[in-house]
This record gives sequence, structure tokens and C-alpha cells, in this order.
Amino acid sequence: MFAKPVILYSIGKDSSVLLHLAIKAFHPAKPPFALLHVDTTWKFREMIAFRDRRMTELGLPLLVHVNREGMARGIGPFSHGAAVHTDIMKTAALKQALDLHGFDAAIGGARRDEEPSRAKERIFSLRSASHRWDPRGQRPELWHLYNGRLNPGESIRVFPLSNWTELDIWTYIARESIPVVPLYFAAGRMVVRRNGMLILRDDERLTLQPKETPELRWVRFRTLGCYPLTGAVESRAATVPAIIEELARSRTSERQGRAIDHGESSMERKKVEGYF
Amino acid sequence: MDGGTDRGLLRFIACGSVDDGKSTLIGRLLVDADVVPDDRRAAAADLAGLIDGLQAEREQGITIDVGYRYFSTPRRRFIVADTPGHEQYTRNMATGASTADLAVILVDATKGLLPQTLRHSAIVALMGIRRIVLAVNKMDLVGYREDCFAAIVEGYAAMAGQLGLRDVTAIPVCALRGDNVIRPSAAMPWYRGPTLLDHLEIVPAAPVEDQPFRLAVQWINRTDGFRGYAGTVLGGSVRPGDEVVVLPSGVRARVARIVTYEGDLERALAGQAVTLTLEPEVDVGRGDVIAAAGAPPHLSDQFAAHIVWLGDAPMLPGRPYLLRLGTATTAATVSELKHRLDIASGSQRPAKQLAPNDIGLANLSLDRALPFDTYDDNRETGGFILIDRLTNATVGAGMIRFPLRRAANIAWQDFTVDKKARTAIKGHRPAILWFTGLSGSGKSTIADGVERRLTALGRHTYLLDGDNVRHGLNRDLGFTDADRVENVRRVIETARLMADAGLIVLVSFISPFRAERRLARERLADDAFLEIFVDTPIAECERRDPKGLYHKARVGELRNFTGIDSAYEAPEAPDLHLHTLEMTIDEEVDRIVEALQRRGVFD
Ligand SMILES: Nc1nc2c(ncn2[C@@H]2O[C@H](COP(=O)(O)OP(=O)(O)OP(=O)(O)O)[C@@H](O)[C@H]2O)c(=O)[nH]1
Ligand SMILES: [Mg+2]
Repeated sequence: MFAKPVILYSIGKDSSVLLHLAIKAFHPAKPPFALLHVDTTWKFREMIAFRDRRMTELGLPLLVHVNREGMARGIGPFSHGAAVHTDIMKTAALKQALDLHGFDAAIGGARRDEEPSRAKERIFSLRSASHRWDPRGQRPELWHLYNGRLNPGESIRVFPLSNWTELDIWTYIARESIPVVPLYFAAGRMVVRRNGMLILRDDERLTLQPKETPELRWVRFRTLGCYPLTGAVESRAATVPAIIEELARSRTSERQGRAIDHGESSMERKKVEGYF
Repeated sequence: MDGGTDRGLLRFIACGSVDDGKSTLIGRLLVDADVVPDDRRAAAADLAGLIDGLQAEREQGITIDVGYRYFSTPRRRFIVADTPGHEQYTRNMATGASTADLAVILVDATKGLLPQTLRHSAIVALMGIRRIVLAVNKMDLVGYREDCFAAIVEGYAAMAGQLGLRDVTAIPVCALRGDNVIRPSAAMPWYRGPTLLDHLEIVPAAPVEDQPFRLAVQWINRTDGFRGYAGTVLGGSVRPGDEVVVLPSGVRARVARIVTYEGDLERALAGQAVTLTLEPEVDVGRGDVIAAAGAPPHLSDQFAAHIVWLGDAPMLPGRPYLLRLGTATTAATVSELKHRLDIASGSQRPAKQLAPNDIGLANLSLDRALPFDTYDDNRETGGFILIDRLTNATVGAGMIRFPLRRAANIAWQDFTVDKKARTAIKGHRPAILWFTGLSGSGKSTIADGVERRLTALGRHTYLLDGDNVRHGLNRDLGFTDADRVENVRRVIETARLMADAGLIVLVSFISPFRAERRLARERLADDAFLEIFVDTPIAECERRDPKGLYHKARVGELRNFTGIDSAYEAPEAPDLHLHTLEMTIDEEVDRIVEALQRRGVFD
């Protein structure tokens, strides 16, 4: 249906499931898509190591895009704040990469149960030539008939996992033995408490403030992103079955630990501006 | 790819008129079922705020787009779609309804049945949702009185009966306080039926009937000598060895293997995405349907269907749209609109077009025959969408009712003397010069000049003039958008016959809509086709006003006049763009004759 589709591979659990499904769907051929990772240069080191290992194992070529301009300006979450960092190193970087390669369909692992404005997403979500989402003018989406027709410059974001919940993802990971980044599993890790979040000091770019002392805690991550913006949760769940059991009892939402989501409608605003 | 494969999954929607309390009810259900994360609950201003996730929704206190929530109770898993009640967002309600097994239709006890109650019930009925919960909400505002509830239930029974909805369970609720949502209501001891959740937990999901096998081919899997057909099973099941037919071609074969990543399957069921290989290897393309040979789908280029119109511009019979059915896409037009549902009276009325949010029954005519089932037999192979060819927006949802086989009875007759022979006699090739522009822009004057020049050169022409054609062939048509589309369609077909006869046809027609000019270009593509934009500013046309029509339109004596109260969509890429204020008639004629020579119509 599309001239140049790409899978957005963010290294997280949803991306891992998405990639697994794509490999299965096209078997015995290889998925006829490019794979793209937008690297903000602030991802957990374990994520990058996992990414490189997986790509070698699967024998799939991966495009990695970094916003060089943003990097040259030294944009980061500490110096510029979470909003500016995400806007430039993630949203703008994604747009750059899509424009650079001329991708007309970007397939991602976002799910409707992640966040209230995502619950309003279509499976085929239209973006204008400037990559904007118009939540009030979405195409009706009937049965399983998707309208991927584009006017010049427009593109589509495709969310095949829209109807999956966090629990569905983990159940499927268990069933299919899909490898995921070890950060999802609880371990003793050195974390600092900052703004109510438990932050893993992944490298020395995180400078400790007075009175901040890293402490050893049993934690894991429910979502993965830029390490300074992603809070860990206290947990002893070190296996997939333990995670599934923990989720059944959880009273908090998955993205609760994400600094960038907070504030009224901030996810919606980011999405309108072209965030995935 | 749905997360759940539980047999007990229930998909339902909440619908009804604006402010009846749909979002509040879903919010209440989620809170009382204790499935809302604490941080989400703390962030929401009220119950509806748990669902209304868009900023504009919270600001305006209404739901704009369908929102999905996933939850489970110890007894069942649910996907609920909260839909907007506002008429303007009917398309989003239809989106939610298309995949639902059950509909909770809300009615505000203080307001009773409203036009939107009927519209939503009709959409639900047409989309094949058989199980209905009538939730009479805001019972607190009517003192929890049984007679209020009974009156609404009785009124709704009549409406439901007319729409063929037979399975209706009525529950009096107060979404705000939670009466009869999960907890039985102490305030309504007279009600002894189930609470909403009780009912949702035990109601059987839509029965999966024993359907014949269908697979819509999504992708041809070709690698290292392997050739398979990937797609989702849209009905029934399939095993290796089964005899299948490939449509539209009608070729038969046997299923050799059902290939998946985990190894070959012994059987594939509806909903599964698989790759089939066939024996012998026959020609199969993307968009084809592979079906049980013993129970094939219909194959036709015409059918009758219910349409829910979701576009911002009206649906006009004769206007070409793209139709997507399964994995196939083709051009289609509504050849006849049988009736529309009049929401105010609840009755079926004859109609010439469908306005936004209208529901109607129509005959459709496709550019080529496609395989399909009736919607009642199979939602996936009997439902289609219509796409606007210019904006690419999804503008219609259709449910096929029955095939029409007129095409089968009227075969195309081939004759010996063909266009080539006629061209040889004439000494020039046929062509169509399509003049478009405002009334008074000079189309007829220029066309007349061209025709005189061509006749002098010994070329055989014919001029179809808008006004003249309306005296005869199109005398039954007026100036509504629907009639204008039909007017142009007939002229296109007439021009086509004349071009086939070998003539250079000049069409001088306001032809205000891009869609119809595009149709002309496509229908007449076999011959040289020149779209000529006679571009005269409206102020100048109005100053000239050769027939006094602009004056009449301005004073209101003439309705639907192009450029005044009916749109003129200027061509975006005409073959010739004549700025009449800067050229003489002779220069314009020169340009057109040169263009014909360039296109090889004559030397
Ligand atoms: N008194 C009373 N008010 C209610 C009840 N249910 C909902 N409301 C109020 O009715 C108003 C509309 O509620 P919503 O849930 O937003 O209505 P809706 O049907 O979702 O509206 P749209 O989605 O815009 O069509 C709000 O002010 C609610 O608080 C009820 O049971 N009793
Ligand atoms: Mg609502």
C-alpha cells in the first residue's frame, strides 16, 4: 500500500513485539521494510547494547538517526529541560529522518492503553506534510479497512499494536520467548531519588546534587526511554511470569514514571507536533 | 492483531445523543470495576475525564472522537469504545460501531428519545450489532420513577422494532452515582433485572456462524522459489487439500500448505494471518480473494448497499469515488439512490443525494467486478468504505445487501467497423476539447471560433453546448449539485460516442467540479483530451452578464448559480489555461489548434 514504509524500532518491549510480529507475518521472506532507530544519545547504555546485539542476530539492517544539529548545540535534558530535549532530539529528529529517507509510512508500537490521548488514535493515523496530527479530523476507520491514501507530502503512522494492553504485551513475550532489554527485569541498581522519580545514574552526565546520594534498590523499568527522564519502579519481578503477576496487582499506570508525559495534555501536544 | 484471543472477549460501544452521559457511564464502570490506575484517576477532573482524553474534549465537555478502553473483570475481558453523541462526529461513532458485538444506547431520562437516538440505533442495526442495552440514565433527575423508565422503554421498543433490533435489555441507571452500573440500586427497588456489568459479563458474544472460507490476499510472498499468498482469514477455516477458487479470475486450485513462522498448520481459522501455497501454482494478485470452491462469494460489478455518509461534502450519484473492499480498491459510483432515512420522521424518503451523516440505500456500480458477500453473511467481505478521490478522505461506510446482475445480461457487442477504420476515412484522429469556466467567461465564443477554424481546415467537428444540451437530452435536470453531476455524466457519455464515431468533439460546459472533469478525462482517455480553462475573473463575467443571469442570481431570483451561491472549482492543471483578459479570440483559437497538432490529432 505504501511506497516506502519503515518500522520505528525504539528498542523497548513494544518494538520487540512489533518486530517479532513483522518477521512472522512475512516469513519465509524478510520483512520488506527498513528499520529506523531515532537515537537521542541519552538512551540507557544497556538499550544500545541490546539493539546492536539483536540486529546482528536477526541479520536486519538498521538505520540510526541522530539530530546532529541538536547534538552540536549540546541539547540535553539537564541543560535544556525535558520538553526542549524531547522536542529537538526526538520529535524533530524523527521528522528529519522520515524526510531524509522519504518514508511515507512509519510503523510503530504505540498502544491505546498507554495514555488518554493515545486512546483516541486510529490504527492508520494521518500526518500532514509538516508531520502534524489533527486529532479532530481523523479518518473514520471501519471494520479492518484502512485508508492509507496520501496527498503529496502527507504520511501515515501505523500502530498495529493499538488494541494491545501492557499485560497482552508481556503475555505474548512469555508465549513467544521474545528477548527484551534486561532493564525490564528487577535487579539491585544504584538509583537517585529526584522529583519523586527513581533515576538510574547511567553515566556521569547525571551530576549529583547536594544531598543526593545514590542508593541500592531493587527496581525495574516499565517503559524505556531517555534515562534521565524515565523513572524506575520498585519491584522484585525478575522474570516474565513475575512481571505478569505484578501487573495484575499494579495500581499505577505504565507511563507514570515518565517525566515528559506530565502536565495537562502534554502527550497530545507532543503528538500534534509530530511525536510518535 | 487484537491483543486478546480469549473466547469470552466482548467488544461494546456506548452511544446515544450528546450529553446523555456515555463517557460518565464508562468512567463509572471502570472506577467501580476498580480497573483505573490511581494516578490516572487522580489526574481526571470527573468520570467523563477518564475517557475524554483530548484537550478540546475536556475544554468543551463533549466527546469528539471515539476512545477505546481495555479492561477485564474476573469473569470477562472487554474492549469498550466510548463514542461521541454529537451529530457532527457521527463518523467517529460509526468507527466504534463497526467492530462492536454489543451497543449500550443511552437515553437521558429527562429528555427521552432524541433524533440522535434514532440515528445511532439505525447505524447500529445496519452494522449488524444485534444485542442492545438500553441504558436509561440520569434516573436521579426524575426521582427514580418507574413510570418514567417504562415510558422510555416502550417508546424505544417501537423504534427498535422498526429497525429490526430484537434483543434489547433495558436498565435504569444513574451513571453519576453508580446505581445499577455495578451495584444494584437501593433507590430503584422496583427494578429487578441485572446491573449493567452483570449483563455484560454473561451476554453471549456475537455468535460466529459457520461461514465458508475466505481469504483476502494482502501480499504475494516470493522468495527463493517460494510463492505464497499472505492475508487474513476473513471467514471460515481452511485445511491443506481444500479446493479453493481464486476471484475475480475464477481459477481453481487446491491448498498445498498453510505456511507460518512456527511451521506449517493443519488448519487456519478466521482472524488468523497466514500464507497459503496453492497446487497447481495459479495466477493470484494482491486484492484477490481465495475462497471455498464449494461456496464462493458473489462476483459482480454492481450491488445494492446501505451507506452511512461520513464526508463533509454530500454524496452525489454519478460522482466517482474509490471503493475499498477487502484488500481490493476500485473506482465506483452510486448509480441510483433508492432512499434516505429521514431522522426527524423515522421514515424512508426518496432523495437525490446524501448529506453528511445521512443514511441511505443505493445501487453501486464498480469499474470492475469484485468478489464479495452480503454484509449479513460476512462483515469483513461485505463491508466497504468509499474514499474521496481528491482529498483521499474516507467519506462513506457501506454494507452490501445483495448483488445486482444487470451487467451479466447486457454483454458488450463487438462490431467489425471500428474506430481505426473511421479515423482512416476522416484523415484525423478523434479528440475532445473540454472547455470549462464560469458562465459568461467566453467558452461558447471560443468554442465557436475553434469549430469554424477546424471546419475550414476540413476537420469534422461537433459542439456540445451546455445550454443547448439542457433543451433536449438533459431537459429533466436542474441545477442542484446532484443534477449537475448527472448532467456532466451524460455529456461525457455522449462525447464518448461521438469520439468513437471519429469526430473532434468540443464540449462547452461550466463543469464546475473537479471530480467530474477528472471523470471526463478518465472516461475519454483513449483519445486526445484537452481540458481548456477559460479563465475570466468573476467580476468581468458579471460585468458582461450576456444573459442577465448574474443579475438574477444577485437579486435572489436564481438559486445555485455557479460563482455566486454554488462553487466553481478552478482546474489545478488544465492542458490549456486561457487568460481571456490578456488574449484575443484569434490568439486563443491559434493556441488550441496548435495543441491539437502537437497531440497528433492532425498534421
Ligand atoms: N444528574 C446526573 N447527571 C449525569 C449523569 N450521568 C451523566 N451526567 C452529567 O451529564 C453531563 C454529560 O455527561 P457526559 O458523560 O460527558 O455525556 P456524553 O454522553 O458522554 O456526551 P458526548 O460524549 O459529548 O455525547 C455531565 O455533566 C455529567 O456529569 C447521571 O446519572 N445523573
Ligand atoms: Mg462522551
